[in-house]
Amino acid sequence: MDALEIARWQFGITTVYHFMMVPLTIGLGLVVAVMQTIWFRTRRPEYLRMTKFWGKLFLINFIMGVATGLVQEFQFGMAWSEYSRFVGDVFGAPLAMEALLAFFVESTFLGLWIFGWKLLRPGLHLTALWCAVVGSAISAYFIIVANSWMQHPVGVTVVNGHPVMTDAWAVFTNNTALVAVPHTLLGSLGVAGAFLLGISWYHLWQRRRDGIDTVGPDGRVVPGENPELPGRDRTDHRVWLRSLRIGAVVAMLSFAGTAVTGDIQGKLMFVQQPMKMAAAEAACHDGTSFSVLSVGDVGSKDCSNVSAVIEIPGLLSFLAHGDFTTNVKGVNSLIPQYQAQYGTNLPDNPIYGDRAGEAIQDVPVMEVTYWGFRMMIGFGGVAALAAAVALYLTRKGTVPRARWLMRLAVLGILAPFGANAAGWIFTEMGRQPFVVAPNPSMAGSFDQVFMFTAAAVSPGVSAGELLTSLIVFCVVYASLMVVEVRLLWRYTRGGVASAMPELAEKHDDGEHKQSDDVLAFAY
Amino acid sequence: METLPTVWFCAVALLWIGYLFLEGFDLGVGMLMKLFARNDGERRVLLNTVGPVWDGNEVWLITAAGATFAAFPRWYASLFSGLYLPLTLTLVALIFRAVAFEYRGKIASPRWTAAWDWAIALGSFFAAFCVGALLALTTTGLPLDANGDRVGGPFAWFSGYAVLGGAAVVGFALVHALAFLALKTDGEIRTRAHLAFRRWMPLGILPLVAWVVAIQLRSGNWWTWTLTAVAAVAATAAWALAQRGSEGRAFLLMAIFLTAGAAGIFGAVYPVVLPSTLDPANSLTVATASSSAYTLGVMSVVALIGLPLVLAYQSWTYWVFRKRVALGSIPAAHNVVPAFLTRLVTGREAPEPQTGA
Repeated sequence: MDALEIARWQFGITTVYHFMMVPLTIGLGLVVAVMQTIWFRTRRPEYLRMTKFWGKLFLINFIMGVATGLVQEFQFGMAWSEYSRFVGDVFGAPLAMEALLAFFVESTFLGLWIFGWKLLRPGLHLTALWCAVVGSAISAYFIIVANSWMQHPVGVTVVNGHPVMTDAWAVFTNNTALVAVPHTLLGSLGVAGAFLLGISWYHLWQRRRDGIDTVGPDGRVVPGENPELPGRDRTDHRVWLRSLRIGAVVAMLSFAGTAVTGDIQGKLMFVQQPMKMAAAEAACHDGTSFSVLSVGDVGSKDCSNVSAVIEIPGLLSFLAHGDFTTNVKGVNSLIPQYQAQYGTNLPDNPIYGDRAGEAIQDVPVMEVTYWGFRMMIGFGGVAALAAAVALYLTRKGTVPRARWLMRLAVLGILAPFGANAAGWIFTEMGRQPFVVAPNPSMAGSFDQVFMFTAAAVSPGVSAGELLTSLIVFCVVYASLMVVEVRLLWRYTRGGVASAMPELAEKHDDGEHKQSDDVLAFAY
Repeated sequence: METLPTVWFCAVALLWIGYLFLEGFDLGVGMLMKLFARNDGERRVLLNTVGPVWDGNEVWLITAAGATFAAFPRWYASLFSGLYLPLTLTLVALIFRAVAFEYRGKIASPRWTAAWDWAIALGSFFAAFCVGALLALTTTGLPLDANGDRVGGPFAWFSGYAVLGGAAVVGFALVHALAFLALKTDGEIRTRAHLAFRRWMPLGILPLVAWVVAIQLRSGNWWTWTLTAVAAVAATAAWALAQRGSEGRAFLLMAIFLTAGAAGIFGAVYPVVLPSTLDPANSLTVATASSSAYTLGVMSVVALIGLPLVLAYQSWTYWVFRKRVALGSIPAAHNVVPAFLTRLVTGREAPEPQTGA
């Protein structure tokens, strides 16, 4: 592998990993804020417990997102210096704004929320959490503005071969970003929904297994309590049942929302990056049918032996244009068009290193785009379907006793993570061979901007350095993943008492009294 | 003279100074977890003096990097790619440190907390050292070719200045943290922190002073020498006031020392942002490295709105958490056990053994 390939693997691995934590942070943060708001309004004890418990898991996950996000901010300069030089005039601004307008808000107000339970008035304390949640949404907006500019560059003119920003409004209201932002935020909610559902299911199941909750003759739950177990009272039942239902509804809404935004995004992509969408379909020839299953070497350059086994006529046209008859261009007719516009070989420029003059691979790796696209939709759909089934199965107030169902619910937590990762891998790999994809509406114009990924890597950094950091990050990330999951699992198993030690302490007067000098929360 | 690039050079310098001032003490507190705290109780006191604020402090680093990218893409690209391996180490250090802050107290087991204590101490040390090295090298130069790429192997950046800069930030962070602890703790720790500050302060700031003076000797002018003199007076006064027991003023004077010293450095290297040690013609300056005037204008508007807001709510946070932390204010460590642990009582199989339970 040469420096470029290592750098690409590193970017892919560190980014996908980072985006395991980020959607859970965004989605769960919002859910916890809503829970605390309900508690603030109604003072119902189950909502305080929900806030504390889910808030604890939120924080365990949040910090990993923060830590791995640092790598993202640094590695553009470290591994992709040519890219940074080329796009810096446009691309740096949203990153700097993200730090200034979002990260400060997120980190400062989350600190206030974590440590401020006793120090701030309840309304102010709740506001702090809302600020942090809004901060994370703002951060999503800015980073997607940056990414969307790579997908669809707008608002620039070319000066000395470099794009220079001329219209900030165009950059920050790029239509690519305006649909990608809600799509990503809704996808994040799906992660939170399945997370709530799986863990709540586990606790409801455990309450039944331990004989705390029983089922009456009409099939309805009879919540009980076990005074020997910290926190296992009747309120506890409501905590998990409500969490489960909130999770299921959120997961279904998320899927519906991602489907709608995804449809708009898809129609936009057929115009902005036709090759990406053709590759998503492994559509070699022009046509109107959507492939449910294609076999053969979908990675082959000329698509010679790809054949669709199951097709739905008209669906591809509907996805692209909203009707059932318009022909959608396939890979084979797009290749000559791309070659005419962007060349057949990489320029003989030292920036390309050994790759100078190499033939351009106009088609992205089709195994990745084809399956990435289907896994995104498939995992999302599975999660939504499971959520609907879960709502039905729990209609009488608890979960069935079957252990395998519980295991399935816990396993289901992974589905939306898979959908999110697949979606990003699809859209980033589908943009290849470009790191900044050309904007077709500017084809032929002097101001058209695009950059091949092969030109973006740092010329001064050796493959050995990149390999070193790739190995280091993989080892560190893998170990921390083990630590995080084990910690999440430990706090999950602990139930609400893991986040509210006071539930485990016995007080004769039932009141929890502590000196004012003692911090409400301390590391 | 180019106005907007100069303004943004000042802004980037300001962000770095803000970072060194704020994260300076939490990096120092991190190192002091191993060098100063004597037992778990003291370590928890130390940790909780920075608990609510360290993450916000670290955003100054992200913002400094982001603003450099936005305002001076060529500076960001050359500096960050040139220092590839040290920055990898910085990132690993910051990752472990961040995770350790959050995870250390999550399981009440001595092995668990001991491991994360090392992560905090070593993470803080390497982060401080590498950031110092990065800042020193951007003032003294890297072997850059005409495109701004590093020439030579992965360690071609190495020079005595890298070590000096690293030592400067580590030393400053340590004594700055002692001043901070004297201000933020109570009881025996406060006394000990105060005494340690009085003893170690001159030694701790020595490498930073050496770096400031070295830069002034290379390219200082009348006003950067004046700033250096202000820094020297502030440092002397901080030490003298500490002898008399004025914790708050000593801390404030440390801030003035840092600001004047670092401003003196940035002022002396201006307009160069990253010298090339191979050929002065390859050096990056505010003019050659900067973004377009339009981009800088947009960024200026955003910064004029955003930065005062940040300063306002971050200051407010410090005010909310103004209370001193003492051993007595730390709640008991809380051990998390599975909700079904007392299954024995309900007549089912025995619970699994729990570590630390």
